[in-house]
This record gives sequence, structure tokens and C-alpha cells, in this order.
Amino acid sequence: MEDLFGIPAPLLFGQLLLGLINGAFYAMLSLGLAVIFGLLNIVNMAHGALFMMGAFVAWLLLDKLGLGYWWALLLSPFIVGAFGVVLEKLFISRLYKLDHLYGLLLTFGLALVIEGVFRNEFGSSGLPYRIPPELAGSWDLDFMFLPIYRAWVVVFALVACLATWLVIEKTRLGAYLRAATENAPLVQAFGVNVPRMVTLTYGAGVALAALGGVLAAPIYSVNPQMGSNLIIVVFAVVVIGGMGSILGAVLTGFGLGIVEGMTKVFYPEASATVIFVIMVIVLLARPAGLFGRA
Amino acid sequence: MTIDRRTLLKAVAAAAPTAALPWGGAARAQGAANTIKVGVLNDMSGTYRDITGPTSLACVRQAVQDFGSRGFTVEVVSADHQNKPDVGSNVARQWFDRDGVDMIVDVPTSSVGLAVAGVAREKNKAYVNSTSATADLTGSACSPNTVHWTYDTWMLAKSTGGAMVKAGGDSWFFVTADYAFGHALERDTAAFVRAAGGRVVGQVRTPFPGTSDFSSFLVQAQSSRAKVVGLANAGADTINSVKQAAEFGLTRRGVKLAALLMFINDVHGMGLQTAQGLVCTETFYWDLNDRTRAFTNRVRGSVGANMPGMSHAGCYAGTLHYLKAVADMGVAAAKASGAEAVARMKAMPTDDDCFGQGSIRPDGRKIHPAYLFEVKKPEESKGPWDYYKLLQTTSAEEAFRPLSEGGCALVRS
Repeated sequence: MEDLFGIPAPLLFGQLLLGLINGAFYAMLSLGLAVIFGLLNIVNMAHGALFMMGAFVAWLLLDKLGLGYWWALLLSPFIVGAFGVVLEKLFISRLYKLDHLYGLLLTFGLALVIEGVFRNEFGSSGLPYRIPPELAGSWDLDFMFLPIYRAWVVVFALVACLATWLVIEKTRLGAYLRAATENAPLVQAFGVNVPRMVTLTYGAGVALAALGGVLAAPIYSVNPQMGSNLIIVVFAVVVIGGMGSILGAVLTGFGLGIVEGMTKVFYPEASATVIFVIMVIVLLARPAGLFGRA
Repeated sequence: MTIDRRTLLKAVAAAAPTAALPWGGAARAQGAANTIKVGVLNDMSGTYRDITGPTSLACVRQAVQDFGSRGFTVEVVSADHQNKPDVGSNVARQWFDRDGVDMIVDVPTSSVGLAVAGVAREKNKAYVNSTSATADLTGSACSPNTVHWTYDTWMLAKSTGGAMVKAGGDSWFFVTADYAFGHALERDTAAFVRAAGGRVVGQVRTPFPGTSDFSSFLVQAQSSRAKVVGLANAGADTINSVKQAAEFGLTRRGVKLAALLMFINDVHGMGLQTAQGLVCTETFYWDLNDRTRAFTNRVRGSVGANMPGMSHAGCYAGTLHYLKAVADMGVAAAKASGAEAVARMKAMPTDDDCFGQGSIRPDGRKIHPAYLFEVKKPEESKGPWDYYKLLQTTSAEEAFRPLSEGGCALVRS
């Protein structure tokens, strides 16, 4: 087999694919963040903790009620989304008129509290969650061994991202939302209940995080730290894509997944840093992000 | 209603420092003349909470209870070092200088373990480390104030690495956490693999912390065609590596995984379905014999849903032995010099329910047998925590690095 850049081609293709899979998680999480920031102007530091809650709810549904993966995929985003609605009503809604920094501090504090509660309740070494039997096994592609579940994650994430984008850009509801971000009093004057819409938007952003959590549960260790490991990277993704840009978040998520995957082959020690290096370069060259409006 | 800037800042300022405060909060009074104060310093809130944390504290309390009353009282305090060397050494200093703590026990995370060893030596207090992995604690960084109780990288490398090569795993690829502990574990294991006639065909250094997806590294390991993939990492990294190795079919294609440092709590976190067939080394297992079962029964009620593992057992046994030494030499002498107390611990044979009979060498190394376990298949397990089959026992004398090879200055050649 041929070599590309000194690496056997099959290995390189495999790594590209793996990068794409990780990109799917980045895309889903940064999508939720972008929606929340775009419409609520809140830098949601609790996103990682809510992602973790999504995975834990999946585990709880299985352990306590015997409801498997498919139920979790349906119920967990609803349950965690409802929790998000409560958070928004109780805390976050009080901060809309203030500087971004307050929202950031509050949600960061909430993240610490949520993680602390889960760590106290479930310990730190994680809980087992199995790949659903329908998606177990793997395909032997010529150049690599592809677990069916990973392929499912990419497809599902793509569909979820596309659906969110369609709702916001192409539907009447999306138009209301976008209008409310521009000029809330005017939209309210037309008889739209803006505060409720904003609350539900936050809930939907949170539900996306929870959905990511359910998708991640069979792959990663379900533990209270699982979200905080990811959240900083996801923030970098959002910043690179452009705060509030939905398409930007999705494309950057997948793109950076691939860049990170390649780094793992050529210089593995730097794979946790490469995204931040890119972030610095992008911020210097295009402060509004690749897809953001200055 | 809006929250104004002042209120919010006040709330943040009030909440922030509590994370760094000693956990028990009761460590205020100066050590009374007839009281021995034991400080449990470990990870109460991070990745190592389950292998140390509140369960270690419960085991130390159990040791105090089992020791009984012999003319002096024992007080136990605890703190969270957050796996940060600066936090750990600050707490240790404060305990020794202000709170009258006589002995510190547990201290996971090698970097913190080494830092606290320095403080204990400077202040001449006793230090029983149970959960740091680095063999340097009884090698280049050995101290007359340190006892290293439970395990170390050399012993893990020999037991797990040696056994895998003997079983035919003669070519290795390492997936190594990119920090001191991972490097040490890889170095020690590679030495055993080569000494036993095996080859190391490659390694990849994974960023720590911050790596949760190991699939890329595992696929690289697979394409190296090594027979054994050595996981020189710990905690969630190990769990994620093992889960993803199963997902990517490494194990089904005949590649063996060597989890070079794995605790029973990690197995619990993976589930038997994923962990079955893994081989690992521990020095304590709750279901090993009547004495270990008796110990587990005594302490089980105070550890919640967790199960005591070797690190917790080390806290129990180390504290118990320290208290015996204090009783033997007198409270005043033990409080006056931590080095003298440790010297007395070395002079006395050890005997406890967790590790049986043993001894502490001049370099501070506690020696006892090392057990090579295989994780049971789900159908072999009778219930939660029934996870291990004993494959092989390495005797206390053979299990640890020979006294002469550690480079410890306390050992006169």
C-alpha cells in the first residue's frame, strides 16, 4: 500500500474518519452553545455538565427503569431539557440585561454544583453503559475496522445539526426567534410571548447537549468529569466558528475534529493543544471567527 | 428582579475559597500532648475520588477503631489536595505547623506524593503513602520519614509485564499518558519486556488530562501489529481505552490489553462485559481470604456504594501499624520525631487483615505479595464486586525492586 506523508494510506484514511466522528460531538455541542449564545446572549458554561447529565439520565433510565438506549435517546433530552428550562426560569433569566460575564460566571458555578452533586452521588470512576445490540459490531472496511455505532453517531449528529439549522433558518418559529434577538420589544408588540420563547430556546439548546451525552454514553466512561473535559474544546470551536453562527459551529466542529485526528497521527502530544493554536491564529486574523459577522 | 454586581461578586468571593479548605474543618486545636493526630490527604473531588477519597478516610477511622484504646487518643482529620502539588504541600505545612498533625496518610498522584514527602521530611513528621505510584518514593526520593505502603510502578511492571511476556505476548505497543507517572510506568514495563526477551514496537503519548477519545491511538497500536497493547495510564483514561479497544475490535483480533495500573473500582466502572479477560495486578482484593473478607465486612457499612480496594487497604494497614509503633515507643517520643516513629515501624514486623504479615525495608518500602488477577466473565461473577480470578502470586521478596537497585541514600551498600 502507498504511503502518504510517510504514513500508510489506510491508516491515514482511518484517522480521517475517526476525526470526523469526534467532530460530530464537537458539532453537536457547539451547535447548542451557538443557539443559546445567538438567541440569549448567554455564554453557557454549564453545557458540559448538561451533556454529562444527558449520559447519566440514560444510565439511570436503564438501571432504575430498565429503559434502554432508544428510550434514552428520546427521553433524556426531554428530561434534561426540562431541567434546563427550570435553570433558565430560576437563574439565567435574571441576567439578560447584564454583561456576558455574569452569565458566564453563573453558568460556570452551576456547572461546578451539578458536577459536584453527581460526583457525590455516583463517585468518580464512572458507570458502565453498553452499546445497544442493534448497533454493536463493526464493518471491516478495507482500510480500517469501523464500529457501526460510530457511524451511527456521525449520521445522527449530521441529521440533528441539519434539523436545527432548518428550524432556525427556514421556519416561521425560527424567524420569530431571529427577530426576537434583533428587537425583542417589537416582536413582543406583535403578540409573540418572547420570554417563553427564550426559555424554550434555552431548553432546546440544553436538550441538544443531553442528546450528545446519550450518544457519548456507550463510547466514553459515563462519569461526572466527562463534560468538563470536552467543554473547553467546544468553546474554542464556537469561537473559531464565530460566536452565534449556527452553520459556522457545525462546519468548524467537523473540521476541527479532522484536524485533531490528523494531529494524533503526526504529533500526538499536541493533539490536545492544536485546536487552541488554531483559535489564537483565527482570533488574530479574523476576530469575529471564520463565519461570524464583525 | 436583577442581581447587582456587588451581590454577585460577594457570592462568588464567598464560594471560591471553600474548595481549598481542609475538609474536616475541625483541624484547629493544637495537638494535645496525649493525642496522636492523623491527617488523611487525598483526592476528595476529582478523578481519584473512588480509589482514595472518603473510602480512605473510612478505612483510617476503622484502623483507629480496631487499634482500640492504649492510653492515648487518636484524632483523624482530612483534606482534599485536588491533585495539585502546591495545594497538597500547603495543607501538609498547615497541618504540621498549626494543627499538630503527626502523620499524613494516603496521598494519591505521584507529583503530590513526592511534594508531601519533602514537607514531612523538613518538619520531621511521619508519612505513610498508600496511593502514589512512583517507585521514586523509595528510590531517588526516599526519606527517613516515608513509608510507601501499597504498590509502585516497578512492582506493577514486573507482575503484569512479566506475566504477559511469559504467556506469549512478546511484542508491545504502549499507549502512555504524557506525564511523569505514565512515562515511569512505560519505562519500567518496557525494561521487563525486553529483559524477558520481548520487543517494544512503538508507543504513543496521549495528552493528559484532556484526552477522552483513544480510538486514534488504538488504531495506531493495532496497525503496529503488536501482540500486546500496554496501557500506561490510570482512572478514566484506562476505562476509556479499554472500552474503545473493545469497540474497535482489538481484543477480538487477538490483541491482548495490559492495564498496567487498574483498580477494582475501575473494573466496576467499565462493567464486566467490557473488562472481562483483562489482566491486572493488585496487592489486596476483598475476597482473597478470611481476613480480607473480615476487614471488608467491618468497613463496608461506612463506605457507601464503594468497595475498599488496595489503596484503601493500604491506608488502613499503614495507620494501624503506625499506631502500634506509637504505642510501642510512647506518644511523646512519636510526636517528637516522625523519623523515629518511622524507624520503629521498620523495626517491627507488620500484621494486619488486609496484607497479612510483612515488613518495611530500610528504604521505606513495605513489602507483601503481589497478585496477578484476571477479570471474570459476566457469567462467572456471583454479583457486584465479585470480579477477580487469581492467576499468580509473586512473593513479598520478589515483588518489589531489590533494595540495592533503587538508589536510595538510606541504604548502605
